[in-house]
Amino acid sequence: MNSSLPSLIVLLPFFGAGVMGFMYLFVPTGRDLRRFYVAVGIGAPLLAALLGLIVVGEMLTLPDSASIASPLYSWIAIGSFEIDVAFVVDQLSAVMLLVVTLIGSLIHIYAVGYMWDDQGFGKFFAYFNFFLGAMLLLILADNPILLFIGWELVGLASYLLIGFYHHDTANITAANKAFLLNRVGDFGFVSGLGLLFVLQNQSGFDFVAIFSGLGGIDATMLSLVGLLLFVGAMGKSAQIPLYVWLPDAMAGPTPVSALIHAATMVTAGVYMVARFSPLYNRIPDVGLFIAGIGAASALLAALFASWQNDIKKILAYSTMSQLGYMFIAVGLGEYSNGIFHLAAHAFFKALLFMGAGAVIIALHHEQDIFKMGGLGSRLPAVRRTMLVATLAITGIPIFAGFFSKDAILAYAFASGHTTIWAVGVVVAFLTAYYMFRLYFVVFVAPSQQSSQSSPLVPLPRSMVWPLFVLAAGSLFLGFWNLPEAYGGGTWFSHELHLADHEAHLRFAEEYVLDGFNVLVALLGIAMAYRKFVRPAHPLNPPVHRLAWQSALANTLYIDTLYDRLIVRPLRGLSDLQDRLIDPKIIDGSLRGLVALYRGVAAQSARLQNGNLRWYALTFLLAVSGISLYLLIAIGGAS
Amino acid sequence: MTVNPDAYFAVATLLFSLGILGVISRRNLLVIYLSIELMLNAVNLILATFSRLHPDEGGTMIALFMIGVIAAEASLFLAVIVQIYRKKHTLDSDAFTELAQGKKL
Repeated sequence: MNSSLPSLIVLLPFFGAGVMGFMYLFVPTGRDLRRFYVAVGIGAPLLAALLGLIVVGEMLTLPDSASIASPLYSWIAIGSFEIDVAFVVDQLSAVMLLVVTLIGSLIHIYAVGYMWDDQGFGKFFAYFNFFLGAMLLLILADNPILLFIGWELVGLASYLLIGFYHHDTANITAANKAFLLNRVGDFGFVSGLGLLFVLQNQSGFDFVAIFSGLGGIDATMLSLVGLLLFVGAMGKSAQIPLYVWLPDAMAGPTPVSALIHAATMVTAGVYMVARFSPLYNRIPDVGLFIAGIGAASALLAALFASWQNDIKKILAYSTMSQLGYMFIAVGLGEYSNGIFHLAAHAFFKALLFMGAGAVIIALHHEQDIFKMGGLGSRLPAVRRTMLVATLAITGIPIFAGFFSKDAILAYAFASGHTTIWAVGVVVAFLTAYYMFRLYFVVFVAPSQQSSQSSPLVPLPRSMVWPLFVLAAGSLFLGFWNLPEAYGGGTWFSHELHLADHEAHLRFAEEYVLDGFNVLVALLGIAMAYRKFVRPAHPLNPPVHRLAWQSALANTLYIDTLYDRLIVRPLRGLSDLQDRLIDPKIIDGSLRGLVALYRGVAAQSARLQNGNLRWYALTFLLAVSGISLYLLIAIGGAS
Repeated sequence: MTVNPDAYFAVATLLFSLGILGVISRRNLLVIYLSIELMLNAVNLILATFSRLHPDEGGTMIALFMIGVIAAEASLFLAVIVQIYRKKHTLDSDAFTELAQGKKL
């Protein structure tokens, strides 16, 4: 079925970005256009969300696994080969579309309050809409080429937004870091696409055509394609080894962090793997590798998060950890659980970031959790919603995270990947610990001297009520995919129509596993409680006496390691180029040639000395030479 | 009275070599001119000799024709030498190096 609505959904935020960018650049700075920016900046995503709901509703009335296509125009047509600019809403992109537009809209609304006093209000919303549009382009693209364009534009938008406070050099560095690391991943991604393009001999390059032609491709080459595509996902979704940009990306304004971590950008990698699920289903070894990377990233990030003091960095590592879960899911072939965790995570992570942003604003841009404390009674709305999000991410029953995370762990156990399951459980414990560490230290623990003395900045209403919407989502979303063990029907997974692997557990086993997970989570909470609430004396920032503690607090010096291993050798190589190869060898050889020509010319010029007798002698010698030649070569023959 | 043609060739070669030697070694323009004439006449001699060796009068005709041309050329050459002398009041060929590389006219 065809419809023009999907194209409109993609174009709306771009249009908003264009209008606001134009106004920001060309309207004199003296005029206050913020109300206009709010109207356009929120209007575009809200309208997109509304249209998204309409399209998804339309799609649901169609017979099973039908999709709504929206061809815009033919982009490349070489003979019978065609690449169209076309958008498609199927079950997978419908979920992503709803998550991105709904949560994106809420974050936009929240950002109005957060950014109201900023000089670059219009610029911020132009970038924000652009970010959303890029993500929608990525999601709704019906061929990998268009997906890649969205993929790149998302990278560009994140670069612009991370470096939004561009007066501080550190922020520029963080933006550059994010951009460069994403380029590394994108190189893998585009190589994978190129290889796939060469391997398949269909006339089209849209997803349907690619997947129908997969059977004719050699399995080894297919594995290579899968690996290269996953390298792109590593960069975009911040997995080992390309994750180091994510914590630094906290340099941007907090709504940006919320948008990057919840709705856009980092989820792109998971979405891409799920989108290519027919491909990944043929190469289970690569899938296992993906799951392994996901498990390792989840564990490493959870360890880092447990030792951070910056509220946003804790949440950043927590995102990386949760993305690890999603990659475990999609790697092991339970794509719909991965996407479901993505959706649930989008709700509670957006909520966590927005709550953190509210705390940061209220405390005059303080980000160290050990300088907060006792905020529970002073920011009750933020405290309550943050508690919901924290419980959701911890995986306490009835909250969204419980169903989404336990489904992943149960599947890992059921399919026999017990190592990954064990890592997942350890991560669940650490998650409970570090999230409640954050919650207890910020809201419950006795307040610190500094935070108590200064009055809080009052929060605008637009920064508070989106929290409640998201809290409701974090609370109730889990029931959408209620497992059969609890009397549900995993409606979400059925609706997705993804090529999931099947692995069944008996209900009893599932109860035991889930119970175990809850127990582990409660243990983490108890540990955080004992450490940060019980002590009567005021909390001090942790002092790291042991070597491994300070190593973890410094994220195992991995940034330093990358600096030594990659950045410095590269810089050394560039210096070598700059000092030796370019000036000496390349320029030198050219200069040498010039000197040679000049020398030869100078020597030849000396022949022309104006002396008549000299000319006569030269003449004589030349004629003699020619005569001699004629005599020997020609005269000798006769 | 027949003379061995080799003698004619020997004389012609001698004359030509003298001419070359004169052009290269002498500096006076008049002497250089004389030497050029010497070479021309050496060639004339060879042409006439060959003409006799082969029963073909073409060579003699060319030689006679050339003597006429040389006479005309002599008048031009002498006029040029007079003009050159008026420029610098010398006939030394080494004095005229205006066309050398790097010299301003």
